[in-house]
Amino acid sequence: MSGAGLDSATLFALTGAILIGIGVYGFIVHAHLLRRILAFNVIGSGIFLMFGALGFRGAGNGTDPVPQALIITGIVVALSLTALAVALLVKLAEEEGGATLPEEQPGRGEAE
Amino acid sequence: MTAALLFDAGLCLLVLVVAFSAVAGRGLFGAIAFFIIYGMLIALAWLRLEGVDVALAEAAIGAGLTGMLLIGAWSMLKQLGVSGLPGGPSVPLRIAAGAVSGLVALALAATVLALPDGREGLSPAVAESLGRSGVDNPVTAVLLNFRAYDTLLESVVLLIALIAVWSLTPRAVWGGVPGLAQHARSDGVLSMFGRLLPPLGLVVAIYLVWAGSSQPGGAFQAGTVLAAVWLLVVMAGLYDEPPASSRNLRLALVAGPGVFLAVGAVGAAFGVFMGIPEGFAKPLILSIEFALTVSIAVTLALLVAGRPRRPA
Repeated sequence: MSGAGLDSATLFALTGAILIGIGVYGFIVHAHLLRRILAFNVIGSGIFLMFGALGFRGAGNGTDPVPQALIITGIVVALSLTALAVALLVKLAEEEGGATLPEEQPGRGEAE
Repeated sequence: MTAALLFDAGLCLLVLVVAFSAVAGRGLFGAIAFFIIYGMLIALAWLRLEGVDVALAEAAIGAGLTGMLLIGAWSMLKQLGVSGLPGGPSVPLRIAAGAVSGLVALALAATVLALPDGREGLSPAVAESLGRSGVDNPVTAVLLNFRAYDTLLESVVLLIALIAVWSLTPRAVWGGVPGLAQHARSDGVLSMFGRLLPPLGLVVAIYLVWAGSSQPGGAFQAGTVLAAVWLLVVMAGLYDEPPASSRNLRLALVAGPGVFLAVGAVGAAFGVFMGIPEGFAKPLILSIEFALTVSIAVTLALLVAGRPRRPA
């Protein structure tokens, strides 16, 4: 497989930037916490794509190995965080009967 | 060249559309399905950037395991009746969020375009020292030699995340069996795959660790394959999860960080803590990788299974 050219690398970096924007949008508009966890993961992979694409050194030379190693570390840490967030969310749903933060439940925000 | 550029532009567009569907789609389950597809497309983007190690990790961990976690959370929330919210976000909120996220994306895009050309990065430095690292794959060299600290701490982060998940266990099932009991028809498709795929997965995982020293692959990718195999076996109802209080299980959890730290201590005897001594680099790195693979597999599988829910 022939590799991507340098212009493609810029394209992927810009895609990463827009992905971060899409993730931020989802994080703000959704009150449901599982959707926020999903949006957080989109932000994360957007950051990884932008970071890695900026270290691309042209077809045949691949991407800078140091960002690659940091990104693999980042993917694993993002999974750890997601697992903990999901466990906390399920616990919250079991205890409180809701999947949103208390201040974002309709009619409860004003009472506080 | 133009054909490649056209392909990449199409791929980027597809990634963006699928990401937007995952974030803004109506149903929660549909959003998760789009997220998994998104992860696979991102892995494809990494292949185009010739980052095969990252592509493997993104496909296995970013799309596969994260997708499983989200689907598992969705099904539990559905049982509790909180898998959705009545009504979507309000229009003013959408407009405000669109403005904020648009600004974030624009600022980042402007930064990308403003960077000077001809950046060298760290690849010349890695290439220069690669001969002394004991392995031929530069990514593995960075992960397990040049920046071994990062990787040690990463394996500890995984362990701490699991401890944090377990700490949510109620007293009644403390040290019990993670997840809910699984039932599958013994002559069904799931059971068949549960029996057919594990031997293949085992071979692929061992190959990924071994090949990781000279080609794309390594402990994280191999550990994820093993974790996926175990999750399949549990889902097919062929074996059950071990109780969290099992001593062997806990030994498997700490084996990777333990061996890594021990090698780090050997490095200290040679002068630098966590510095891998040059002459023994390859056998030391491989022993760390195999121990890490076991620990990563067990930790990832347990993270996806969730906290103990049944008494031991």
